[in-house]
Amino acid sequence: MSWDEFGECMRFMLLFSRQGKLRLQKWYLATSDKERKKMVRELMQVVLARKPKMCSFLEWRDLKVVYKRYASLYFCCAIEGQDNELITLELIHRYVELLDKYFGSVCELDIIFNFEKAYFILDEFLMGGDVQDTSKKSVLKAIEQADLLQEEDESPRSVLEEMGLA
Amino acid sequence: MPAVSKGDGMRGLAVFISDIRNCKSKEAEIKRINKELANIRSKFKGDKALDGYSKKKYVCKLLFIFLLGHDIDFGHMEAVNLLSSNKYTEKQIGYLFISVLVNSNSELIRLINNAIKNDLASRNPTFMCLALHCIANVGSREMGEAFAADIPRILVAGDSMDSVKQSAALCLLRLYKASPDLVPMGEWTARVVHLLNDQHMGVVTAAVSLITCLCKKNPDDFKTCISLAVSRLSRIVSSASTDLQDYTYYFVPAPWLSVKLLRLLQCYPPPEDAAVKGRLVECLETVLNKAQEPPKSKKVQHSNAKNAILFETISLIIHYDSEPNLLVRACNQLGQFLQHRETNLRYLALESMCTLASSEFSHEAVKTHIDTVINALKTERDVSVRQRAADLLYAMCDRSNAKQIVSEMLRYLETADYAIREEIVLKVAILAEKYAVDYSWYVDTILNLIRIAGDYVSEEVWYRVLQIVTNRDDVQGYAAKTVFEALQAPACHENMVKVGGYILGEFGNLIAGDPRSSPPVQFSLLHSKFHLCSVATRALLLSTYIKFINLFPETKATIQGVLRAGSQLRNADVELQQRAVEYLTLSSVASTDVLATVLEEMPPFPERESSILAKLKRKKGPGAASALDDGRRDPSSNDINGGVEPTPSTVSTPSPSADLLGLRAAPPPAAPPASAGAGNLLVDVFDGPAAQPSLGPTPEEAFLSESWERWGRGMRTGAHPGHPVPLPLPPRFVCKNNGVLFENQLLQIGVKSEFRQNLGRMYLFYGNKTSVQFQNFSPTVVHPGDLQTHILSGLGQPPTKRVAAQVDGGAQVQQVLNIECLRDFLTPPLLSVRFRYGGAPQALTLKLPVTINKFFQPTEMAAQDFFQRWKQLSLPQQEAQKIFKANHPMDAEVTKAKLLGFGSALLDNVDPNPENFVGAGIIQTKALQVGCLLRLEPNAQAQMYRLTLRTSKESVSRHLCELLAQQF
Repeated sequence: MSWDEFGECMRFMLLFSRQGKLRLQKWYLATSDKERKKMVRELMQVVLARKPKMCSFLEWRDLKVVYKRYASLYFCCAIEGQDNELITLELIHRYVELLDKYFGSVCELDIIFNFEKAYFILDEFLMGGDVQDTSKKSVLKAIEQADLLQEEDESPRSVLEEMGLA
Repeated sequence: MPAVSKGDGMRGLAVFISDIRNCKSKEAEIKRINKELANIRSKFKGDKALDGYSKKKYVCKLLFIFLLGHDIDFGHMEAVNLLSSNKYTEKQIGYLFISVLVNSNSELIRLINNAIKNDLASRNPTFMCLALHCIANVGSREMGEAFAADIPRILVAGDSMDSVKQSAALCLLRLYKASPDLVPMGEWTARVVHLLNDQHMGVVTAAVSLITCLCKKNPDDFKTCISLAVSRLSRIVSSASTDLQDYTYYFVPAPWLSVKLLRLLQCYPPPEDAAVKGRLVECLETVLNKAQEPPKSKKVQHSNAKNAILFETISLIIHYDSEPNLLVRACNQLGQFLQHRETNLRYLALESMCTLASSEFSHEAVKTHIDTVINALKTERDVSVRQRAADLLYAMCDRSNAKQIVSEMLRYLETADYAIREEIVLKVAILAEKYAVDYSWYVDTILNLIRIAGDYVSEEVWYRVLQIVTNRDDVQGYAAKTVFEALQAPACHENMVKVGGYILGEFGNLIAGDPRSSPPVQFSLLHSKFHLCSVATRALLLSTYIKFINLFPETKATIQGVLRAGSQLRNADVELQQRAVEYLTLSSVASTDVLATVLEEMPPFPERESSILAKLKRKKGPGAASALDDGRRDPSSNDINGGVEPTPSTVSTPSPSADLLGLRAAPPPAAPPASAGAGNLLVDVFDGPAAQPSLGPTPEEAFLSESWERWGRGMRTGAHPGHPVPLPLPPRFVCKNNGVLFENQLLQIGVKSEFRQNLGRMYLFYGNKTSVQFQNFSPTVVHPGDLQTHILSGLGQPPTKRVAAQVDGGAQVQQVLNIECLRDFLTPPLLSVRFRYGGAPQALTLKLPVTINKFFQPTEMAAQDFFQRWKQLSLPQQEAQKIFKANHPMDAEVTKAKLLGFGSALLDNVDPNPENFVGAGIIQTKALQVGCLLRLEPNAQAQMYRLTLRTSKESVSRHLCELLAQQF
């Protein structure tokens, strides 16, 4: 079914490194696992081949891809034809700001080692491919609350136990 | 908030991730993963019950492994268990795993739904949000069935927290998109619209997306949102840059919400309520004004957010397409962006201008940027931007700039990226066809396409050039000459060989007179390419060869030699072999006459949608080609095969088979004088019986045309015999009495006529353009059933000489018709011309330039008389009115000349508006006189006319109105 008739939304968001390692993937339209892998591979190739200073938008398959590189990471969103490219670009930026605020000078390693947090932050910000709240405060407050809950939950554990050897 | 290292909650996970990162090879990574999977599996299966923390950690590891790209086939149950944990982080990981890895295991879905149900009912906003996120992330039908009824309630409940409302709105949106039937409309829908007024900007932001979606499906039910959206938007755009606090993004107030509101408004036409509309227009103007203000920050985020709103505003202006002022302002704004240093803005400006180009109000404004766009095509370093530039050139193309645009696109094609070459080729081919004024330019363009990008020239493109050359006899000679020259290149593309082979086979005779392209030269040129070509091309060339045998008997022996060669007669390819055998036999056994008939020139192709345009539409999706399709902004567009202004030569000699069919539908032979009284014009055919059209084909003709058809099918699918409809009367003959009525490569028919009262005399000149004698030449005037024409031969011209049975090569013969109009009539008489050329029967039927207005008697009268008569003719059926777009430049002098040519008197100082034209006249027929008044009101701004005719006879009013309206 085409979603166009209901208004547009984001199809997926990908984070990958300059080396072509996928760091985060979020799909907003049911897509088979095989198809996802194919699309990721294809799109990474296209985006990585582009030079700096090129424009941040490109037509790819029947979608529009909006991407931006932050240090070693590419943030890449696929939207539909009528969607607003610039606001999508800023949506990426706002997500990066949220990560940055949360991790404190976020770097690729933060996202690798805390991938689940990167997902949680994204979920607070976007839902079903649509902006849920654009206020940095509101989004971070939600995450913060969760962290407080987490800290209350957890008692310190021994290293051995952590390694699964206890 | 402290910059904690949030990950050390699960040290084991971090260690595992480090291990993976340290793996030197893919094999090592797989080995490490398999070890971990075995470990986790044993933990899950172990006797010792795992605590929540361990479960969470292992589930998280599985998730990580999955995200690395490995398959995970266990752990789902553990993840579901986590959902019912009352520890937030465990629940959270459980939901994440389910969202990413859910499968449609129905047992599992039931358990998941149960957990979600509990969380939704928990009244703990954090848990509720997690559950809503899960539903939105999975979005399956099962979940829709389970929760679609609950979520609207949560959304509009007075006691729901803002964050829950936000999640509920977007969750509902997701479910509605997936299964609209599951979401019950009801009392909540009215309340959801009022979320646009909510105090919390986050709630509004989330709700607008849902409302937009609901509006798209049920526009009428949600109309009330228009005024709410306008006032919300108005409050945002007029607020200062810091008013909205946390919803201000780099000094831009609520850009996301603004964009969403502008999108919502695009679901509807402009607001009907004047106050709302005024307020909205004010908003749009404010946005356009702000674009001119100096930026409040140098950060790109500021300008991006600001321009995101600007582009969405322009989209809305284009969507409304009703405010010329705003459209032109939008166009100017985009024009500035075309030269902006930000590549992104240049890209978007090109893209947005593409849609502006299709609005009649801004098309001209867009065209002023042509040089900048061409420059972009040449100099942009980014292929995506160049592609936008090419799209825009295509969209802004019209007759005035077609040559420039096509030549620039051709130049671009030489260096274009491979990925977009085919599309550029299609676009060039469409533009060249659509805006061709002289067809030699069209042929040159297509041949250039093949030369520059032969590999990307699809079948549709080269089929099309053949169709057009076949249908346009004024270009056939040129085409033959040009392909002949092109084929002389040492390396030419196979598509060129195909086009060349086909065209020379049909029209090689037109250049055979030049010794440099004599028949043997043509043949050896084609045959020199033969062996390098694919089977399909060789098959086509074999057909060309057999056509050569007919066109050029002197090549017969050579060609038979080629056909007889073992490489053809025993070719392994069955198609080639069959053609060689059949053609060889045909050339040996058939008489010249039979050969000439079988190998007759292809009949004109019936006009359909251009196959290329269809292809572009397939490529780009519907709407892609619409800019060209509607022709709205290009009143001067002229379809190649019978558009608004068909030239007399659009149809070449109908084939024998067309003629066969033609007799079934063609006008009957002249009715006997006994029935003449019934008609409106009197006809008397002066010629002897020889001039009567024959009633049917001879058996020989029938056989031949049948075999011709068979051959045609074998040669080319999709070739249809031409239709027997008479050629349309060129509209210019309505206002003109002299000119060339018809011309093809064989025959030219000129006409000179004069009319007085209800009488007319017409001289027809038939010129044989070939060097061969026409035999059995018989032009006859026939008529549709309701029309009779009175035709007498001129004095002193015996019939035998007037319509000589033979017309020598290069000679011209003359025929005189005397015409008397007995009553008003609608359809012009038909002229049917038949003769044999080179043994092949030729036939054509065309309309004679005799229209009712020829019998106009201009009448001068004063304004007072005019208005009195105008009032007298006030019955609705006495008036005919047409409002139409100008097809020609709106020049008052030209209009005057046309009205005078039409036959009426032009009355000055009658219409209070000096721009308007008013005319009067009387149509003179033997039986009655019909008084006619007309008024033509040009509207230069809209490029439209309104034409009103009042006469005492309904059919005359309508018919005159039709005839005259075609003229402007």
